[in-house]
Amino acid sequence: MSTQRGRIQISGFDTERVTEREPLSDWTPDTGSGTEGRWQRAWKQFRQNRTAMIGLYVILAMAVLTIFARPIEISGITVQPISLAPYDPQNILYLEDPSIGRYDPPSLAHPMGTDASGRDLFSRVLVGGRASISIGFVVVFITAGFGLVYGAIAGYYGGWIDEVLMRIVDTVFAFPALVLALVIIAILGGGYWQLVAAFVFPGWAGYARLIRGEILSVKQNQYVTAARALGARDRSVIFRHVVPNAIAPLVVQASLSIGTVVIGVAALGFLGLGFPPGTPEWGTMLDATRETIIQGPGGSIPWWATVFPGGAIFIFVMAMNMIGDGVNDALDAQSNVDVEQGGAN
Amino acid sequence: MGLRRFILKRVLLTIPILFGVSVITFGMVHLTPGDPIDILVSFNPDIGPSQEAQMRQRYGYDLPVWQQYFRWIGNVLQGDLGPVITRAGVSVNDVIASRLPETVALGLFGWAFAIVIAIPTGIYAAVRKDELGDHVSRFVALSGISIPNFWLGLMLILFGALVFNIWPVLPPRKPLLDPDTLWFLVMPGLTIGTASASTMMRIMRSSMGEEINKEYVTAARAKGLPERTVVLKHVLRNSLISVTTVAAFLTANIVAGSVVVEVVFSWPGLGREFVQAITSREINLILAITLFTGFALVIANLLADIVYAVLDPRIRYD
Repeated sequence: MSTQRGRIQISGFDTERVTEREPLSDWTPDTGSGTEGRWQRAWKQFRQNRTAMIGLYVILAMAVLTIFARPIEISGITVQPISLAPYDPQNILYLEDPSIGRYDPPSLAHPMGTDASGRDLFSRVLVGGRASISIGFVVVFITAGFGLVYGAIAGYYGGWIDEVLMRIVDTVFAFPALVLALVIIAILGGGYWQLVAAFVFPGWAGYARLIRGEILSVKQNQYVTAARALGARDRSVIFRHVVPNAIAPLVVQASLSIGTVVIGVAALGFLGLGFPPGTPEWGTMLDATRETIIQGPGGSIPWWATVFPGGAIFIFVMAMNMIGDGVNDALDAQSNVDVEQGGAN
Repeated sequence: MGLRRFILKRVLLTIPILFGVSVITFGMVHLTPGDPIDILVSFNPDIGPSQEAQMRQRYGYDLPVWQQYFRWIGNVLQGDLGPVITRAGVSVNDVIASRLPETVALGLFGWAFAIVIAIPTGIYAAVRKDELGDHVSRFVALSGISIPNFWLGLMLILFGALVFNIWPVLPPRKPLLDPDTLWFLVMPGLTIGTASASTMMRIMRSSMGEEINKEYVTAARAKGLPERTVVLKHVLRNSLISVTTVAAFLTANIVAGSVVVEVVFSWPGLGREFVQAITSREINLILAITLFTGFALVIANLLADIVYAVLDPRIRYD
């Protein structure tokens, strides 16, 4: 601090440098017209990233396909009447039409073939995205939100509050996420919100640690001291001044972990612990076909029952990671610019 | 703070964490509805209520939870993880002793695969930035972190074992070090190593890309050193630091990562045992394996921090 104060004093006495600086900070309408928020700048950068945009389009397409796969009813009222899937994903087709068998190879009527119970795989893959994808977004939304508040409190107040809160984070961090998720599913049983809980519980700690580290450095800035000196309340200092400047790494982390959660949900489904057997969900569908594969080829190998549901997870997660990398590049380039501007003074 | 004090402080800090890990694990598992006695009773209908109560008493399931915890942690500290209740005469220690080598072998395979692939590819991609090879390896790495490991495993079985008949579908019933078993291990090893290799390669590439633009590299080049020496001696050493942290984390995750892969390949390791323990509510086994994974992760992070501090003298310990 003392050296810093010394430097400020010296430059203050140097009148020439002060006048030199004047035009630099002088704002004119011309220079001002180029002003844009940094999220706006990041979005511009993101849009120029071809890979990231491909990822975004793939995710949008998959979301639209699963939403419009079967009609959606909320308490008796049809909200979404369109049905892209040709069959009911739960229907065992050979009960109605004896010509359809178990493990029929892909054909025009069944573009992805049929599964072990003679259900239309294409319809099941379309509908199967609903659970996995929505759990991915819901979990990341909850964990990032909670981690943000938790880490912000720890980082801003510091001292013993920080010490206690971060030891809790360390403890949660000591478990591998999948192991913890498995134990939670063992307690709660399978199902949609149980799966959300299983991934929320181990998931928030990473965000908390990340945002705390950011906030420790952001709160050193003079605008924070200024806001406090002006008498702003802690809550508004934290969420108006500190958090917006510390949130970029959290956004990157969140966009990269949606894919991880989707894989985790599918993995539990695959282990037979996510949803009841027969549920159209990508992981659960793979569980059903594993036995057939392991028992070896009885006639032809039903490769379609494995390739399509797993391929859907793969494509979704890959697209999500492409978006995450793009967000990282866009926001990272941003912070580099900031560093250079700061370093130039 | 000196390096020695830093290490001491880090070691001491792990003690409350390990305590917390054991409390959370125990608390969670005891929230689970039903204990192993219930399962045992459901299998043997001739066990009467008085016998059931007697068994509860014998294993201490009738005590308050906190007493059960201290009883359990006391035994664990003495190296006794308790009996496997649904399997007569088998202790958790036996199960772990027989399953752990299988999982470690699988993990080592995956780990070796990851290192051998990731480090050279990462160096190559960083040096040939934005050339074709860089694009290809980045695409492969992105696929590697995106592919669900259970699906990759199923695809390997489907094509490697069924379509092309290179591998057997099920692990051979032979000792672990038999050539047949080792050959089979290549498949799950590849599966478990792919994500690690891709993660490490991405980190290697980005940290090398960062180092290579630093001034000391320009200085080394200006000195007239051949590019090979610059990259392999100066840049690589400094970028390996960040890879070390990830490598430690991945090592600790061997058991966690093996859960799914072992189920896919019917590999008789700890991970598969864990899934079975969950479905049969075998409390002592769930506790032991969860605690074990937590323990491994804490120790690996501790080692990573220490290695990091030793490798990078610029780090200040505070």
